[in-house]
Amino acid sequence: MKKFALLLASAAAAFAGPLAAQDFAITNATVAIGDGSDPVENATVVVRGGRVVAAGTGVAVPAGVQTIDGAGSWVTPGLVASVTSLGLWDVGAVSESNDTNAGNSPFSAALDASPAINPNSQHILVHRAAGVTRAASVTMPSSSIFGGQGSIIDLGADMNPITRARAFQVVTLGESGGRLAGGSRASSHALFRNALREANQFGEDARIPGMASRPAEQRTGDDLPIDPRLADNQTERGDDSLLTRFDAAALVPVVRGEQQLYVMVERASDILATLALKRDFPRLDMVLVGASEGWLVAREIAAANVPVIADGLDDLPTNFEELASTQSNIGRMVKAGVRVAINAAAMENPRNLNQYAGNLVALSRVPGADGLSWGQAFATITSVPAQISGLSGRAGMLTPGGMGDVVMWDGDPLEVGSMPTRVFIDGVEQPLENHQSRLKDRYRDLDTSDLPKGYDW
Amino acid sequence: MARYLKTPLTALGLIAAAALAGCSTTGTDSDTASASTPMTADGKAPYASTYKPYPGRPTALVGATIYDGRGQRIDNGTVLFRDGKVVAVGDASLATTGYDRIDGAGKFVTPGVIDIHSHLGDYPTPSVDAHSDGNEATSPMTPEVWAEHSVWPQDPGFTRALANGGVTALQILPGSANLTGGRSVTLKNVSSRTVQGMKFPGAPYGMKMACGENPKRVYGGRGRMPSTRMGNFAVNRQMWLDAQAYDGKKRDLGKETLKGVLDGDILIHNHCYRADEMALVMDMAKEMGYKVTAFHHAVEAYKIGDLLRENDVCSAIWADWYGFKMEAYDGILENAAFLRQAGACVVIHSDDANGIQRLNQEAAKAQAAGRRVGIDIPDAEVVGWFTYNAAKAMGIEDMTGSLEAGKMADVVLWNGDPLSVYSRPEKVWVDGALMFDAMDRKRRPVSDFELGQPGEGDVK
Repeated sequence: MKKFALLLASAAAAFAGPLAAQDFAITNATVAIGDGSDPVENATVVVRGGRVVAAGTGVAVPAGVQTIDGAGSWVTPGLVASVTSLGLWDVGAVSESNDTNAGNSPFSAALDASPAINPNSQHILVHRAAGVTRAASVTMPSSSIFGGQGSIIDLGADMNPITRARAFQVVTLGESGGRLAGGSRASSHALFRNALREANQFGEDARIPGMASRPAEQRTGDDLPIDPRLADNQTERGDDSLLTRFDAAALVPVVRGEQQLYVMVERASDILATLALKRDFPRLDMVLVGASEGWLVAREIAAANVPVIADGLDDLPTNFEELASTQSNIGRMVKAGVRVAINAAAMENPRNLNQYAGNLVALSRVPGADGLSWGQAFATITSVPAQISGLSGRAGMLTPGGMGDVVMWDGDPLEVGSMPTRVFIDGVEQPLENHQSRLKDRYRDLDTSDLPKGYDW
Repeated sequence: MARYLKTPLTALGLIAAAALAGCSTTGTDSDTASASTPMTADGKAPYASTYKPYPGRPTALVGATIYDGRGQRIDNGTVLFRDGKVVAVGDASLATTGYDRIDGAGKFVTPGVIDIHSHLGDYPTPSVDAHSDGNEATSPMTPEVWAEHSVWPQDPGFTRALANGGVTALQILPGSANLTGGRSVTLKNVSSRTVQGMKFPGAPYGMKMACGENPKRVYGGRGRMPSTRMGNFAVNRQMWLDAQAYDGKKRDLGKETLKGVLDGDILIHNHCYRADEMALVMDMAKEMGYKVTAFHHAVEAYKIGDLLRENDVCSAIWADWYGFKMEAYDGILENAAFLRQAGACVVIHSDDANGIQRLNQEAAKAQAAGRRVGIDIPDAEVVGWFTYNAAKAMGIEDMTGSLEAGKMADVVLWNGDPLSVYSRPEKVWVDGALMFDAMDRKRRPVSDFELGQPGEGDVK
């Protein structure tokens, strides 16, 4: 019986045609909107044409819309993971399968993750089954202080993962930035300022359109424009230029504030030095990544209106730039008015985002610690990272007109052990099978009396 | 810095260390050496434990839900301890006269958490090269090194493990760069100026071994043996043959440790990921006359739960790590549940200075994965995965790991269900001494390293 059921399931996975958006409503569920509010019981979520129509109590299910009984379930927006390497690697230590770093590349800022993203990567499948529906994926600084341009992706079971290509540039300005720049933070700042100066000049001379990518919103990944900055141009450049032509071109939208700049920094003084860059480059649209000592300068971060993608539970002096790290970092920054998302890069797997958020709730009951309410904590893995990713009001929140990224859970999504039972992306129900689930099916028992395990599939 | 695509350094064996030789410890009053290592002139084991329990009050925890670590749950229970030892564990009818009563209503009590796989102290924070003391990666066989000679007692990680994880005892292992990495040391998680002041009195030594990718990569990459898995086995088997021939006449630090293993005094903790490789290691142990006590990491243990049960080998595992290296590609969340279903021993371990703060949560994740496939494992049993089972695989289960009369009063009072993400340790006792109290900001250790630094004494 078990084998028969599995056969059907795998056949469905193998032969299903293109997945289509469904109109559906989930009723009687505990619903978390994702906007920072507390979850509400006995609520309804309605999705039509791939978009959220309504969510909350007192919502009527339109006639003709399929109804799913959500009794005992939680329903939330899909989780938004930032920053990640999803789609960029298969096995971490198998270098030929790993596109997360390009230490030997002649390029840095020009690197564009979007053509390297593999939507069939097992990690995308595994994280989809864990309720992550959108992510920011990017290569990390390795040949220079610039890491390249990250993509906002969805984790849907189709070959069009890119929601927005070249959404942001990454630079590292802390300890690692100093090492990559030749051995000192002073060098990383000089290198950074020079790069923006060159980009500024180059952009004007070459009449390079600044926009990182157009149009801002794409329904699918097949209408991506060619990066206009890579078009040929004849502009001469000064003989003191350090950047390659493409790297300079890639930084044009950064210096013009048309592409976000994710700045990796941890130490309080590095954070202030980063915020101070706005004096010389007022159009920079910055996001801090890491910021383990952010609580020491939380007021300054809030005043600069710079959001933070913060390491969730770092509490060790892993190096000299994180001496003040504490699990209360996020709670204290939020209290000071900073918009904070949890950094998915600071954990084993981005699928632990909800566990980290749950721990921030736990801190609210520890004397002397600063934690978050449930709603605030859930927002750090949904609406806030969505907003930082340029998906404000469209993802990470069950709001009318938003993307139909909806997850049904078997319990409180912030509690360890809760898992999705159904996942929808853009209103399309997603398969939750993957390498791990297939191994689970095969080894549910160890019976090899009839045939070897190799025949159990 | 963000651990982008964090790969466990120790699991990859990318870090290097040093240490030397000696012997095993026993009780504080009468330290004796194992047969495998001579004692010092004063009749003590070399580098003997100097740990002494700190003073404590006779304490009665009343009204809490108690998990005793051995599968028993008592609602509205009572735990009594005094003079460092558990006196009684029972229901509300236990008399508490003469004890300080602590109201545990709505709270939970467990034995102290035990991590069987830690590198605190030998890979301490800050994680600078000068602190990289966990792998003596200059030879594939270094049975002569002892992890305790690398442990920095000021590692701030010990304090986080205590306050956030309720960890009262832990085994510090050499890394996995080498096939034979050296002796481990079991510590009380009590702040001390010296490693001897942390050594768990009477704990047997362990010896770290590693199979698979790490040793063959580290040494093959240098053009020397082993460069293959078959090379791994050849080097190991020859090592055991040479150890069998050791007559003990001339001291040999490495051979003393290997002899200790062959004599059953030193427990083998074997880093191994793949099922097929674990099966081969168990046969090597039979061939050479030793026993593997636990496979560590063991992400594919679920494929051979029957073999592990038959050979009485524990699997010390993560809940969900996978994919960071080829031999971790088949990691699944159901590993613990499938092992338990097969009747094999499960231990949840950390191998990580962050993960050690959340062993309870990792166990809860593994439990939930079982529940989803119809394997219901009671909470009281799951608590044993990070208490009693760890103690058993470390050879200290007669002293700690469960709440039973006469055992060390290593106790955690949680402010809620320890298998919930929303709960944290409120108080932690080691040998009946209150070493952490969330309600008293001074009742927490602060490492020398953190004095005068931003955030000194913070809740962390």
